[in-house]
Amino acid sequence: MIKVENLSKAFGAKLAVDDVSFEVSKGEVVGFLGPNGAGKSTTMRMITGFIPPTCGKISVCGFNMLEDPIPGKRRIGYLPESAPSYQEMTVRSFLKFAAEIRGLRGEECRRAVQRAVETCFLESVYNQTIDTLSKGFRHRTCFAQAIIHDPEVLVMDEPTDGLDPNQKHEARTLIRRMGENKAIIFSTHILEEVEAVCTRAIIIDRGRIVANGTPQELKARSESGRLEDFFRAITLPDTAHAVKEAA
Amino acid sequence: MSASAVIRIIARRELAAYFESPVAYVFLVIFLLLAGFFTFTFGGFFERGEASLGAFFAWMPWLFLLLVPAVGMRLWSDERRLGTIELLLTLPVTTWQAILGKFLASWLFLVIALALTFPVVITVNVLGDPDNGVIACGYVGSVLLAGAYLALSCMTSALARSQVVSFIIAVMLCLILILVGFNPVTDLLARWASPSVVESVAGFSVLTHFDGLQNGVIDTRDVLYFLSVIAFALFTTDVIIRSHRAG
Ligand SMILES: Nc1ncnc2c1ncn2[C@@H]1O[C@H](COP(=O)(O)OP(=O)(O)O)[C@@H](O)[C@H]1O
Ligand SMILES: [Mg+2]
Repeated sequence: MIKVENLSKAFGAKLAVDDVSFEVSKGEVVGFLGPNGAGKSTTMRMITGFIPPTCGKISVCGFNMLEDPIPGKRRIGYLPESAPSYQEMTVRSFLKFAAEIRGLRGEECRRAVQRAVETCFLESVYNQTIDTLSKGFRHRTCFAQAIIHDPEVLVMDEPTDGLDPNQKHEARTLIRRMGENKAIIFSTHILEEVEAVCTRAIIIDRGRIVANGTPQELKARSESGRLEDFFRAITLPDTAHAVKEAA
Repeated sequence: MSASAVIRIIARRELAAYFESPVAYVFLVIFLLLAGFFTFTFGGFFERGEASLGAFFAWMPWLFLLLVPAVGMRLWSDERRLGTIELLLTLPVTTWQAILGKFLASWLFLVIALALTFPVVITVNVLGDPDNGVIACGYVGSVLLAGAYLALSCMTSALARSQVVSFIIAVMLCLILILVGFNPVTDLLARWASPSVVESVAGFSVLTHFDGLQNGVIDTRDVLYFLSVIAFALFTTDVIIRSHRAG
């Protein structure tokens, strides 16, 4: 459902994403891994149509995201990295806005909001303005916005970042459950999370894909059989990167 | 979903955002107080001995100079600062729809502010027998004037992440558009330049084009001038937002 071909993004002279190609099909939950600054967020921003790529092709559910992004955007739910939302709005009005802009009306809209509120456990803060919420609730509100239209494709940038262990557990359960009939890609730094919920993992380092396989396959490629060791073996820490660049 | 429906939903959210913060009410009170103060005190409303809103409208270009940028400064700078721009522009909306929706909402807010000056109209009608056609025309001119200032503020708010910077640049731009047609300035200019040069420079001024409207003459060229400023500024806003996204 997501198809990315030879995608590159240059910021000035810096190549943030370098010739990346992959696909995510329905029923897959793909973990997008990589050190900080590897290009995960940039890739996701290109898939969701926020920033234009320097070159390459992106299609979502068969729709070209570069020539005519609107049909593709309709089918994507997106949780950006910092889980932004309109601070002065209440959870209710924010979700209503998200549903309406997705074309949901009347009873359909009301049901969509209710479903998202239940899924994300937002009942207790439903009428509160977002700037009065704790970080976990704010995060969930933005997550609720991403799933409000029951999208075929879900793109999430560090969806469990900043959540407490209980919330992390809930989020993982939710992602796994939703992955059964959606195409999901999410970035994370937590490798256990990948083993727990992902059907496949893509590891990206300095803009290039360095591994793409099931967690079992990737683990098997390390002597110790641990994902973390494999990750460390094939990606450079950013300090090493800096040393290399200076040289 | 039709483009106008998308624009309406974005505009509704934006307008609600104004009224959900106390700033809107503070703005309205300040605007009404200043409008009254300028009209009845500075404007010599009572000394004029005529039933008209001449003084009221004559002050508009100056009154709006500070107040309109204050309304427009948050339009895009806040979206960028809080990261909600990433949310907004990955929804199934085009950049144009977002720009128009946000612009129209704040324009409507200013129209509401102008509409709340109705007691002034009632006052002159009680005191005398004014030409209400001229007054209506003055209001049309004020709405267009507000739109032009606002579109420029919208442009500068896309330029700067900080509201304060966006406010200052907008005030300067609007001030330039006043001064090139402000009599003391044109008189000064006339010492060095030929009258035709002075006249064409003054042709860029909001004062030149507001003058007819404020005196009850609706000239298509004046209306076109204001609409062109709005179109130009919004078009530039689009270019700026695109270039930010391209990185
Ligand atoms: N708007 C931008 N302008 C310039 N450089 C950027 C921009 N966004 C990201 N980068 C750079 O691109 C690289 C990849 O960033 P990012 O995709 O955010 O990494 P990740 O999400 O994997 O941590 C980083 O080196 C970052 O500094
Ligand atoms: Mg990132």
